[in-house]
Amino acid sequence: MAKHETPLLDQLESGPWPSFVTDMKHQAETKPECWDILGQLELSYKDKITHWKHGGIVGVFGYGGGIVGRYSDVPARFPGVEHFHTVRVAQPSSKYYSTKNLRDLMKLWEKYGSGMTNFHGSTGDIILLGTRTENLEPFFWDLTHDMGQDLGGSGSNLRTPANCIGQSRCEWSCYDTEECCYFLTQKYQDEIHRPAFPYKFKFKFSGCANDCVAAIARSDIAVIGTWRDNIRIDQAAVKEYIAGNYPANGGAHSGKDWGKFSIQKEVIGLCPTGCMWMEGDTLKIDDKECTRCMHCINVMPRALRPGVDTGASICVGAKAPILDGAQFATLIVPFMKVSKDDEFEDLVNFIEGVWDWWMEVGKNRERVGETMQRIGLPTFIKVMGIEAIPQHVKEPRSNPYVFWQDEEVPGGFERDVVEFRKKHAA
Amino acid sequence: MGYNPEKPMEGRVSDLGPPHYEQFFPAVIKENKGKWMWHEITQPGVLMHKSETGAEVYTVRCGGLRLMSIEFIREICDIADKHCDGFLRFTTRNNIEFMVDSKAKVQPLLDDLKSRGNRFPVGGTGAGVTNIVHTQGWVHCHTPATDASGVVKAVMDELFDYFTSMTLPAQCRIALACCLNMCGAVHASDIAILGIHRKPPMIDHSRISGVCELPLAIASCPLGAVKPAKVEIDGKEIKTVKVNNERCMFCGNCYTMCPAMPLADPDGDGIAILVGGKVSNRISAPKFSKLVIPFLPNNTPRWPEVVQAIKKILVAYAADAKKYERVGEWAERIGWERFFEKCDIPFTEKSIDDYRLAYDTWRTSVQFKYTSHIK
Repeated sequence: MAKHETPLLDQLESGPWPSFVTDMKHQAETKPECWDILGQLELSYKDKITHWKHGGIVGVFGYGGGIVGRYSDVPARFPGVEHFHTVRVAQPSSKYYSTKNLRDLMKLWEKYGSGMTNFHGSTGDIILLGTRTENLEPFFWDLTHDMGQDLGGSGSNLRTPANCIGQSRCEWSCYDTEECCYFLTQKYQDEIHRPAFPYKFKFKFSGCANDCVAAIARSDIAVIGTWRDNIRIDQAAVKEYIAGNYPANGGAHSGKDWGKFSIQKEVIGLCPTGCMWMEGDTLKIDDKECTRCMHCINVMPRALRPGVDTGASICVGAKAPILDGAQFATLIVPFMKVSKDDEFEDLVNFIEGVWDWWMEVGKNRERVGETMQRIGLPTFIKVMGIEAIPQHVKEPRSNPYVFWQDEEVPGGFERDVVEFRKKHAA
Repeated sequence: MGYNPEKPMEGRVSDLGPPHYEQFFPAVIKENKGKWMWHEITQPGVLMHKSETGAEVYTVRCGGLRLMSIEFIREICDIADKHCDGFLRFTTRNNIEFMVDSKAKVQPLLDDLKSRGNRFPVGGTGAGVTNIVHTQGWVHCHTPATDASGVVKAVMDELFDYFTSMTLPAQCRIALACCLNMCGAVHASDIAILGIHRKPPMIDHSRISGVCELPLAIASCPLGAVKPAKVEIDGKEIKTVKVNNERCMFCGNCYTMCPAMPLADPDGDGIAILVGGKVSNRISAPKFSKLVIPFLPNNTPRWPEVVQAIKKILVAYAADAKKYERVGEWAERIGWERFFEKCDIPFTEKSIDDYRLAYDTWRTSVQFKYTSHIK
């Protein structure tokens, strides 16, 4: 594989941000197939269109996902990328690595792949970019036997779950997102590797309402940490913030002079429920009116902390726009205890309840959020055995088209029109 | 011993799942998990977390390339071996985080990173622009309407100072998806860069019956624009589909289902800009990004129109928004008519929704502002 001229891509080598072109050229010195990646990409920059063929089903024995087939539509010019399959490798919780683990994985990819990767794919997997069909089984053998690692999900299955950094390095995480993610990933290996669902299904685990893993925007089941007691207040630290001795928002705004910190303006005045006030120099919170949005805690991390009776809110049905438009996940269970002590029992029961229903009624390529829209939230919560509460809606419906059931109306739906006519002439 | 193609199922191991996370924790993380009390950003790109044990962990965040070579990852490992006892992590936004257990170890780490050219920009914290999450683009995907890594490089070169500083009213999350499938889930970003198609699919009648389940292709269209049809190829009548171009909204879902319906096109494809989305529940509820620029061309290799459009939005936001206000909160406070004016973006009918649930976005009040749009 020879070097190609890349006058367009070369223009992406200047500038302060690191350049993937420079990086790929460097890699090409030892992995010449990278010249062909660059060559084909240059052609796309010239033609303003992709040069990858549609699809191609490849995989390893016993799995229905984890490898995405990819072939060049100009293989004669770029033989190094004739086959360019993607391998998804399940990432560890919170994406911590030892250098030993990464180096071993890189060695494996140097042997079997193109030398290019993504750290990480959008769903969270380690993406190993570009290999040939005949390399897949040997790679998988070494990955499982030598590394003790495994592929992630693709296709109509449970996609590799992902979580925020959680309690390992964040003071706000209301449950152990790392353990929850790991435990459920292990529990549902079959659902990850062998597609049996109507469409893809994603779990994401965020420790608080800041939602650093974007669970509410993109997961079919979003588990978002919260609490049901009171925000912990350190009044001495509140005074330090008021005095300007602690930086607001953990110093996040230190690049610009925003003037003296004002607890009234920056905390109390921005609280969406107006549940905070000062009594003298003491900060008061009416916790029963708080919706736990995290703003005050974000602004004064040394003074305020989430409560100690913690768990998670469970939301269902987020997805990107294809097809009926984007959906955020809908709040279904306001508070659930989420703990390894009972092996996440309530969450497991909830997940399997959703799957049972969706696998029964979901159409081909219909995300669970779309099934919920098609069939209706009242039916969904009824099937889940959950009582309807105002927390399920932003506001009550404004149309009167209730689907009353036969048994809800005295006498039922069956009536005698002959009897009716005796009293009401037509 | 390794894989034996003669006996593919012998000794096979499967369903191992990911390695347990704890073995990859730096010591200070392992010892203090669940004990962190508060944190502070000591300078752009450097976070300090304080534990109730008194321990501190300093994290240095670097903008990573999502698309990285094994050599690049080996260099990351070299840095982590030298400074961080052989551990590191990545963030959900493709940043690399190096952690050390004392303040004294921070500066040597920063100096080392700085000595490596532009490969490890430190920043992405607080009220600034953090790394762009993005998809594959032309480097690997079969359905894109634009590239990903190249656009991101061009945008981040221009916004670099916002990455290494914290001068904005709040954090600004930028995301890129190279087609409407949105592997990057950009629909809840402060600024979303979205690859779009503008030409209906072509029908490759000669291939369609071999590669496509016609009923699936027909069912894939959300607007019923794909219908069964018959055409004559080499004197032989074949079953195929036709597309009602007037109903096509260029989502590309038919191409996902049917390889014989390609719709990518050098002139048709380009980028739309959506703004004002957010994921966090902080102050206001999560919001979708809204389409403010319907199309910008794929001017390779540096997409100058896209870069300038984003810069303009960011500069207007930085100048006008209040402290803590995200882009979407700012736009809602000043009103979207004022947003278009302040960002100097022409408003077109293409920003008015005419898809499902469109009515939700139509203005059904007489509260408005007299901006330049009212002639």
